[in-house]
Amino acid sequence: MIKSKHLIEIGDVTNDEIYEILENAKTFKEINDRPIKKLPTLRGKTVINLFLEPSTRTRSSFELAEKRLSADSLNFSASSSATVKGESLLDTAETFDAMKVDMVVARHKYGGYCRILADHMDARIVNGGDGIHQHPTQTLLDLFTMQERMGTVEGKTVGIIGDIVHSRVAGSLAPALKRLGARVIFIAPPSYLPAVPAALGAEVSHSLDAVLPELDVVYLLRIQGERANGLSVPSLREYSMLYGMDSRRMAKVQKDALIMHPGPMNRGVEITPEVIADPRAVVLDQVNAGVAVRMSVMYMMLGGEDDGAAA
Amino acid sequence: MKRAPGFEPYKRNFLQMPLPCGEGFSFKEVLLMAETVKATILNEADVQRTLVRIAHEIVESNGGAHGLALVGIVTRGDALAHKLAEIIQSIENEEVPVGTLDISLYRDDIGSKLSPVLKRTEVNFPLEEKTIVLVDDVLFTGRTIRAALDALMDLGRPRCIRLAVLVDRGHRELPIRADFVGKNVPSAYQENVRVRVTPFDEVNSVEILEAPAPDHSPGLDPAGGERR
Repeated sequence: MIKSKHLIEIGDVTNDEIYEILENAKTFKEINDRPIKKLPTLRGKTVINLFLEPSTRTRSSFELAEKRLSADSLNFSASSSATVKGESLLDTAETFDAMKVDMVVARHKYGGYCRILADHMDARIVNGGDGIHQHPTQTLLDLFTMQERMGTVEGKTVGIIGDIVHSRVAGSLAPALKRLGARVIFIAPPSYLPAVPAALGAEVSHSLDAVLPELDVVYLLRIQGERANGLSVPSLREYSMLYGMDSRRMAKVQKDALIMHPGPMNRGVEITPEVIADPRAVVLDQVNAGVAVRMSVMYMMLGGEDDGAAA
Repeated sequence: MKRAPGFEPYKRNFLQMPLPCGEGFSFKEVLLMAETVKATILNEADVQRTLVRIAHEIVESNGGAHGLALVGIVTRGDALAHKLAEIIQSIENEEVPVGTLDISLYRDDIGSKLSPVLKRTEVNFPLEEKTIVLVDDVLFTGRTIRAALDALMDLGRPRCIRLAVLVDRGHRELPIRADFVGKNVPSAYQENVRVRVTPFDEVNSVEILEAPAPDHSPGLDPAGGERR
């Protein structure tokens, strides 16, 4: 049971709730390995996937989670919705509300979009990534993958490398890791760092080579050209030489460390194909965890009140 | 059942008081703690004798232990299934596979109620061509068993499914009956039947608890729900 009505920021869930989501996700992961991947759990619930920004992983992952829990789901994308005809956010929200939906999974290029929806709708809102703000379900699946591989994140050192200032993934992940007792280091050129990294609970380094041996998790981010109106580094080639993971740098990584990436990856920029093929890279485990974690979130948000029954 | 040391049952108004047992207890557990035992139906030795009888009946109806598998519904049904499997093995000298089923995701009252932490479902053998004996502690409304049947069907297609319960307390809301019953216990709808099974609890016993006073029973919806 999640106390908060919406899941817009990672701060909407307590540490205990995070652990509960991850625990339940183990059950859903097992169901995703069955020949019949279907549960009747959310029969009769309606979920709208309102993705006003392109998405492969997140949208299909949410959609699969909804279908495997037997919820009815509808997909809206930017090109097919009335927003291209000039409908305002508010009108869109009220339209969906009038259709009596139970949950809206929303993604938009502006941070705060989900908050606006939440303020004007009765439905529960799950943030599927809003601008450069937050992406809480990505954080939950990242935590699941780390926990699965390392047992716990407490006491571990996680390096987040790349375009941090434009990254909603880092916006949710860094504070969550900090809260759960991990050490977070942002590793990026100054132009890609937020103004106050400490506000996200992170230390800062400008040298990947220097901190690489300390890291338990190497979390790579994509350079988000579409948000920055171009690059904030002289060239991708230079960025790649200083902050990209390649086989030369892999030699410095601890032998039981994890290489993670939220996708989509730009091969040859922040990560080379050899690194993706390394057994320490768990990018596809992250995708796999995504469906289970999102099933867990929806079960706990749409499942009604905790009656204290053991089963 | 977790119990707080030195806990005094409150007869009235205990809902308004701070929980004397501290954190970590569900409301239902506190309610059960606050109730007094009206009658003990089965004691330690009775439970053991009853399980031995059920085990014999299962083996008899199946004509041996061949093709037999037990599936317990978490958490106490699971503990009972393991006990039954042990007894069957001692009778027939044949190992019987045991699985665990968590029916939380198949409940018909999701939307109003929810099991907070899911338990694992582990059925590590193919159900095809097997006689599955579903094991639970108390048979009451039948809704748990309905959910368990659906959950089992999603795992495979067994040859047949039988039902074994330690206690049948009546008040069925669905057309479901048990094939193997430990004890029929006529009970009032408002009463609670408490089953304790090792290793989940410290002892093996079946007791009827005094019904809570009607004006102090929020959360216990007479129209159904998870009461047992």
